[in-house]
Amino acid sequence: MSEPFLIGDSMTGGYGTGADILHECTIAADKGEIAVIVGPNGAGKSTAMKAIFGMLNVRQGAVRLDGEDITTLSPQARVAKGMAFVPQTNNVFPTMSVEDNLEMGAFLRDDDIDETMEQVYGLFPVLKEKRRQNAGELSGGQRQQVAVGRALMTQPKLLMLDEPTAGVSPIVMDELFDRIIEVARTGISILMVEQNARQALNIADKGYVLVQGRNRYTDTGEALLADPDVRKSFLGG
Amino acid sequence: MEILNAIILFSQFVFIPALAYGSQLALGALGVTLIYGILRFSNFAHGDTMAFGTMAVILFTWWFQAMGLSLGPLPTALLALPIGIVFCALFVLATDWAVYRFYRKQRSAPVIFVIASVGVMFVMNGVVRFIIGPDDQRFADGERFIISARTFRELTGMAEGLTFKVSQGITIATAVLVVAALFWFLNRTRTGKSMRAFSDNEDLALLSGINPDKVVTVTWILAAALATIAGTLYGLDKSFKPFTYFQLLLPIFAAAIVGGLGSPVGAIAGGFVVAFSEIMLTAAYRKMVAYITPGDWTPDGLVQLLSTDYKFAVSFVILLLVLVFRPTGLFAGKAV
Repeated sequence: MSEPFLIGDSMTGGYGTGADILHECTIAADKGEIAVIVGPNGAGKSTAMKAIFGMLNVRQGAVRLDGEDITTLSPQARVAKGMAFVPQTNNVFPTMSVEDNLEMGAFLRDDDIDETMEQVYGLFPVLKEKRRQNAGELSGGQRQQVAVGRALMTQPKLLMLDEPTAGVSPIVMDELFDRIIEVARTGISILMVEQNARQALNIADKGYVLVQGRNRYTDTGEALLADPDVRKSFLGG
Repeated sequence: MEILNAIILFSQFVFIPALAYGSQLALGALGVTLIYGILRFSNFAHGDTMAFGTMAVILFTWWFQAMGLSLGPLPTALLALPIGIVFCALFVLATDWAVYRFYRKQRSAPVIFVIASVGVMFVMNGVVRFIIGPDDQRFADGERFIISARTFRELTGMAEGLTFKVSQGITIATAVLVVAALFWFLNRTRTGKSMRAFSDNEDLALLSGINPDKVVTVTWILAAALATIAGTLYGLDKSFKPFTYFQLLLPIFAAAIVGGLGSPVGAIAGGFVVAFSEIMLTAAYRKMVAYITPGDWTPDGLVQLLSTDYKFAVSFVILLLVLVFRPTGLFAGKAV
């Protein structure tokens, strides 16, 4: 079996020189696939994603993108390699218009960005309506759309989302998940950390249940949802 | 007629001077607010940066005057201004390289930058006095008035004259041009937008691939240009003395904070709020009152609310009121 497009291979590490938070944790996502990391509070879900993005020291193991070892690259360099990251909070430029937010997302590109911007507007029509409005004045759900849109402007091959539905209403959450599926269909791999485990696993091709920085269960989203152990421990029955 | 004369007096002694002074403060406050918004500290060396830039302009003005270069009715200093900006920018970039870069790498707290900038202030202060001396320097030349009091009286037949100095006209015109150019740069160009993005959300700016070194460099160059322009205009309008420029720090900070630190529109509004309060509270209204009141009710006193010695107290009080009642300033900048 060939290696997945992105793999964080048995990563062990932590912030700075502090204690290890991840222990031989493996996360992978293939082209056009949605991989979801779930688990209880403090399981190291966000940490695992940050390790893949180069925001903490991976002392053992490796991160490989499209077969290339990127373990030692800075987050900025990884953006240039085709990774895009949407942080959980503070993920827009609040005093800039929606359009300027998207333009800043494409800062590294020298080619024409109009087409990508139209694609983002196609994906999130409400943003086109509000293109002249400051991102800080939008509702929580719309702001998340700006954040995802900004990340898509680099034309990434891998989109990483840190709890994209935190603090938005269930209706908005469903819509956001629908959009994420649409993005995945265009061939972009998606790696996502989610609190709303059940809904997230519903759309996941692959699910990772982490406990205390270790892989506890790894399977397809469907299989995890059907697994009585997972249901009992993590999905509330 | 009486009312008109009072209005002329008001324009002569309050409105036009405050407009010119406000423009100078606004340009200074724009520099402070840019550095606060993007580099995230209050630059106490800004007054002395103004002094350094103005000094460079003065030295080149003298050289041009010695060579016989002139702009006719306009002051020669305008010709020297671009060169002064270049020298000031190089000096400020060298300072950044020698001092602030180290603290940026350490990711030091803003208060450490502030203290470092106080040190920079003292050094710049010394450098300026060492080169040009601590005394008053005059470097204005060319035509003095756009409208002099006598021409105005002859033209209108009014009892009171209205003077409009060349330096005031240049100050206001330059301020309008510079502010328009700055806003165009910040709102329309890619580099300008990337600076606003960096100011808004530094981490996300880095994730978007914005180069922090370039943002910092451009910010310093803009701040140096604004400081040099503000300082030169102030020097043309009044005179150049290093200590006065150091003292300008207070009204400039008051202006930046009143408007909301980090907000360019606020800096401009703040500049005019401070300038108008300062001049209106320290102006002598005796003759104006005499015109408006019936008969010859001329007051005995000057009808001056505060002696001009207290003009710095005005900035302080405004600062205090804003910090107590609206800490983010008029245009909701960052909280101090």
